[in-house]
Amino acid sequence: MTESKTPKKQIIPNKHPMPHQDPVERAKNFNEVALGYDEETAVAEAQRCLQCKKQPCRQGCPVEVFIPDFIKLVAERDFAGAIKKIKEKNALPAVCGRVCPQENQCEKYCTLGKKHEPVAIGRLERFCADWELAQGVLPQETAPATGFKVAVVGSGPAGLTCAADLAKLGHRVTIFEALHVAGGVLMYGIPEFRLPKRVVQAEIENLKKLGVEIITNAVVGKFATVDELMEEEGFDAVFVGTGAGLPIFMNIPGENSCGVYSANEFLTRTNLMKAYLFPDWDTPIKVGRKVAVLGGGNVAMDAARTALRLGAEESWIVYRRSEKELPARHEEVENAKEEGVKFAFLTSPTQIFADDNGWVKGMECLRYELGEPDDSGRRRPVPIPGSEFTMDVDTVVVAIGQTPNPLVPRTTRGLELGRKGNIVADPETGATSKPGVYAGGDVVTGAATVILAMGAGRIAARSIHDYLMNKKAQS
Amino acid sequence: MFRILDKQVLSPVIKQMVIEAPLVARKCQAGQFIILRIHEEGERIPLTIADFDREKGTITLVFQEVGKTTIQLGSLEAGDSIRDFVGPLGTPSHIEKFGTVICVGGGVGVAPVFPIARALKEAGNHVIGIMGSRTRELMFWEDKMREVCHELFVTTDDGSYVRKGFVTDVLKEVIEERGKDNIAMVLAIGPQPMMRACCNLTREYGIKTVVSLNSLMVDGTGMCGCCRVTVGGRTRFVCVDGPEFDGHEVDFAELARRSATFRVEEQRAMEHHQCRCGQGCGGGR
Repeated sequence: MTESKTPKKQIIPNKHPMPHQDPVERAKNFNEVALGYDEETAVAEAQRCLQCKKQPCRQGCPVEVFIPDFIKLVAERDFAGAIKKIKEKNALPAVCGRVCPQENQCEKYCTLGKKHEPVAIGRLERFCADWELAQGVLPQETAPATGFKVAVVGSGPAGLTCAADLAKLGHRVTIFEALHVAGGVLMYGIPEFRLPKRVVQAEIENLKKLGVEIITNAVVGKFATVDELMEEEGFDAVFVGTGAGLPIFMNIPGENSCGVYSANEFLTRTNLMKAYLFPDWDTPIKVGRKVAVLGGGNVAMDAARTALRLGAEESWIVYRRSEKELPARHEEVENAKEEGVKFAFLTSPTQIFADDNGWVKGMECLRYELGEPDDSGRRRPVPIPGSEFTMDVDTVVVAIGQTPNPLVPRTTRGLELGRKGNIVADPETGATSKPGVYAGGDVVTGAATVILAMGAGRIAARSIHDYLMNKKAQS
Repeated sequence: MFRILDKQVLSPVIKQMVIEAPLVARKCQAGQFIILRIHEEGERIPLTIADFDREKGTITLVFQEVGKTTIQLGSLEAGDSIRDFVGPLGTPSHIEKFGTVICVGGGVGVAPVFPIARALKEAGNHVIGIMGSRTRELMFWEDKMREVCHELFVTTDDGSYVRKGFVTDVLKEVIEERGKDNIAMVLAIGPQPMMRACCNLTREYGIKTVVSLNSLMVDGTGMCGCCRVTVGGRTRFVCVDGPEFDGHEVDFAELARRSATFRVEEQRAMEHHQCRCGQGCGGGR
């Protein structure tokens, strides 16, 4: 496919660096940390791509973006062509280019990456998406109307992807969102400094241009059940992408003290409700001098970095395994370190102490060591007896995950549920045990990544389309 | 946007509003709540549904102006709109024929008691209502309560209306008079100290008591965990597991501490609001 096996070009071993806000400066503001490539850098980076025939990078992409093809267009300065190529597969490129764990996906399989640094696929995707947003979004083609109506429950990454794909196939899509704004975790969870909310809203505007209707303040399971949407409101199929539910706590004494937040609450107050603009915005948040964030995933990194920006003097990640096992993206761990987040590895709390008014005043922890590998293949953390010590903290953020949201599972007839209250759905199709109802994202898998949820949304859209076409053929 | 169709001033600090929200009105049941946000920069606040009209597609709210958001809400008039209004949230009251039930409403808590008392009466219970307020000026909905209770007792803390005494004084008298075995259940809704006092009283008599908790909340849909409260030694979530719980099991001390988490900030928000609108209060935006 590459006609230009030009004289062997010189390999540039490293990715072109992306400019970042200065760490000292950025730890005090909520502006975006990574600033993106300019055109020259993007073209130069795109030229690093070897344009392999086998396209190994694509196997690492949950939504199968035509990676080498769009990169080739960038190298040729056809940015409009490049974004069009990306959008054939990815409805939210400005989001994915920022928050996907590329090092475990596309870039992991990059041929160049075997000897050198892989092509900066994520940065190039982001460049293309931002280029388009700056130019004004190009209209996308949709198939002729099919007459079918599909309800999408939840407007996070799974729901948005599913809705976009179905709309392009000519179905009438209505998204029901429980919060007052669409975007799900992209709005309430991921911080502004990692994913500016204007970027999310621009992607959602694109979706509306495809004809997708979005109804906010609509809690399915409350104002109407899934069954009622199908039986009374005339929806031919439903996709459930309701994401995360109740936060998981450590179940240690003192956890309901004032100053203990779930990561969901901490981030929702800050991101969705803009508590960092209090009192111009009404929602408050209180961050003390010394913050401990329990957990080691991306959410924990987000919370720890947010705490610094809200004025904490010290922000600690408290994680019971070692640095090697941190589930967070490498880049986010690096960003956090640069900004001054501190790490207490092989440490886990046993209780939280409160003062007379019920406010956190310290946390007792145990030190751990790594033992034999567990089911996940990671070495199991084992507490060291007698290693108790007290951390002097006044705010604790618990970021150890959440259960699937219970509202739809609890109110839908004939929906098979898993042990943790998750909806059981076929990973190949997204089909649930209930005909016409499909599901994907965190409500099925438990807490995972944005891109995996998008992949699930895409798979479900394809199955829903097949289901509807089949239905049409039979009638 | 959600339109305010009617506004009544029940007392200088207690307002009643009828809001057009057909999707909420269609399905809501006694005991459930809504969350609203007045404007783009506003906070999300939960308010228990005081009444609803399915035909007209309206929800009635009664609220006391205690902080920035409720003061601002109270400054709106019929014809104005609220930006966001979502519900019905929470688990509906458990309604069945229990026998004789006492429904206690303290202060603005009378409003959420009303639809539950009505549902209990419709289910065939003998409903004894007790409503109390600090003073006569803060008393409202006596007529509405009289319609849904077989018997109604009214009291004021300062004795400015009907009689002097707390709702717990009346509750104790009624229980003593009827006999604890003849009371199937007590429902108590109002300020936290009042609910706690009712529970302490009924615990002595061993009468099951249901309370409706008004914890802090953000999303209200089972996502953020802000509303957690210890009930029977377990952490429960008011927004999805509640708002009603067995009052004898609720850790009211913890609830009170958690409710005060943002007291300083709430004060600051008020001052910020007042200095911005320049009127002392209620300038709106």
